[in-house]
Amino acid sequence: MVCNDFYAEGALIVSLLTLENVGYQVGQQQILRGISLAIDAGEWVTFAGPSGGGKSTLARIIASLLSRTSGELTFDGQPIDSYDPIAYRRRVSYSFQQPTLFGETVRDNLAFPYQIRQLPFDSQRAITALEYVGLAGADLDKAVIDLSGGQRQRVALLRNVMIYPEVLILDEVTAGLDAENKAFVWSLIDHFNQEDGITILTITHDQSEITAAKRLVTVVDGQIVPGGAS
Amino acid sequence: MNLAVNNQSLVLALGLVMIALAIGWKEKLGIDRDMIIGVVRAVIQLFVVGYLLKYVFRIANIWLTAILIFIIIFNAGYNAKQRSGGIPKALPISVGAILISTGVTLGVLMLAGAIKFIPSQMIPISGMIASNSMVAIGLCYRNLNAQFKQERQAVLEKLALGADLKDASRDIVRASIKTGMQPTIDSAKTVGIVSLPGMMSGLIFAGVDPVRAIKYQIMVTFMLMSATSIGSVLACYWAYRGFYNERKQLQVPSN
Repeated sequence: MVCNDFYAEGALIVSLLTLENVGYQVGQQQILRGISLAIDAGEWVTFAGPSGGGKSTLARIIASLLSRTSGELTFDGQPIDSYDPIAYRRRVSYSFQQPTLFGETVRDNLAFPYQIRQLPFDSQRAITALEYVGLAGADLDKAVIDLSGGQRQRVALLRNVMIYPEVLILDEVTAGLDAENKAFVWSLIDHFNQEDGITILTITHDQSEITAAKRLVTVVDGQIVPGGAS
Repeated sequence: MNLAVNNQSLVLALGLVMIALAIGWKEKLGIDRDMIIGVVRAVIQLFVVGYLLKYVFRIANIWLTAILIFIIIFNAGYNAKQRSGGIPKALPISVGAILISTGVTLGVLMLAGAIKFIPSQMIPISGMIASNSMVAIGLCYRNLNAQFKQERQAVLEKLALGADLKDASRDIVRASIKTGMQPTIDSAKTVGIVSLPGMMSGLIFAGVDPVRAIKYQIMVTFMLMSATSIGSVLACYWAYRGFYNERKQLQVPSN
């Protein structure tokens, strides 16, 4: 039993995400094998390991951007296949290493989550969020081509949380950022986790982030390294 | 009728093909074989069609006319499918899009009284509509394939944010529809000042007053706009789903 399931006052408390023997194979190549893991709501799990080891593939499987080829994956007690993939991705959001910003302005990006849900855009919330991440409210109409690398990453992160997901998967979102931007983005993620209760899964190569990990899972050659999961 | 193309002039005109062949051979383009096959096929196909049309026009049967129109549409759909680069269900999509674009356009032309359901009008007009729709759909497919590869990251990010397939593909679909319609729009802009298109040239060749000939050309311009827009919209909206699997994940088709 890999789940963190336990009984509390007679009720079964189920882990938010449970992976049992998850594998992923392309042709003859086994990218992931025997991945078993349970992640509780509100946790912050850091995935580390060498490049090409399967971390991003694992994250994409959890985000339903790829389908596992073996094993079981459950979310909120239900098999992932029982969810509509679109509805699931609105609850389990994935942010890429080098994000592509859509359209022409910051507004186009922050309005996108509302647009796809056919909800009216909450521009006041967007302005507050921009100010919180160190941008100005007036930047809402700034052209995306005029943003620096750090600003692009902040806008991309905000795009993922304009409407809160339950799980936020961050694939090396601080890679390529300078120390100041890296620290800022990290504090932002911490805020999402601590204040907003979002479950966070981060993939990183950064040693300081690995050292500071609340829970570390090391993936090497498509497998969780024994003792690499804490 | 002041046309003077006889078999002897056709043989002499074959000299023009020799020029093209000589260029291909000298520049080592490697297209000599294709060119010869193309010329032989064109001559045989056109002779067969010429005699077939003569027969069909003479007996003027509604069902035979309808069957010929369906053959034209199926062939156009089959050719468009060949340019799909592996997009799933490209044959039914292409045939369906060409069938509807040709049907709607012919219907409007008939209702407007511009053409009648007689073989000498329906068959050539259907051929013009279906072939333009075919080219437009082929361009749409090429653009869909190129854009889904080029914009893969943006599509993935939209999916990751919870966009449905339509929202994730909207920009690509729009760009592809535009690509399909662009040649027709460009040619409409330059008709008369750059080119004297086939229909109009043919009528003038046959001795029709140019002022009367342009009216037909205006009709052709309108009908091609309609056919390529309907064909492109239908083909793009039906085809983009083929870039995703049943779990709504992006998959670029293999050729």
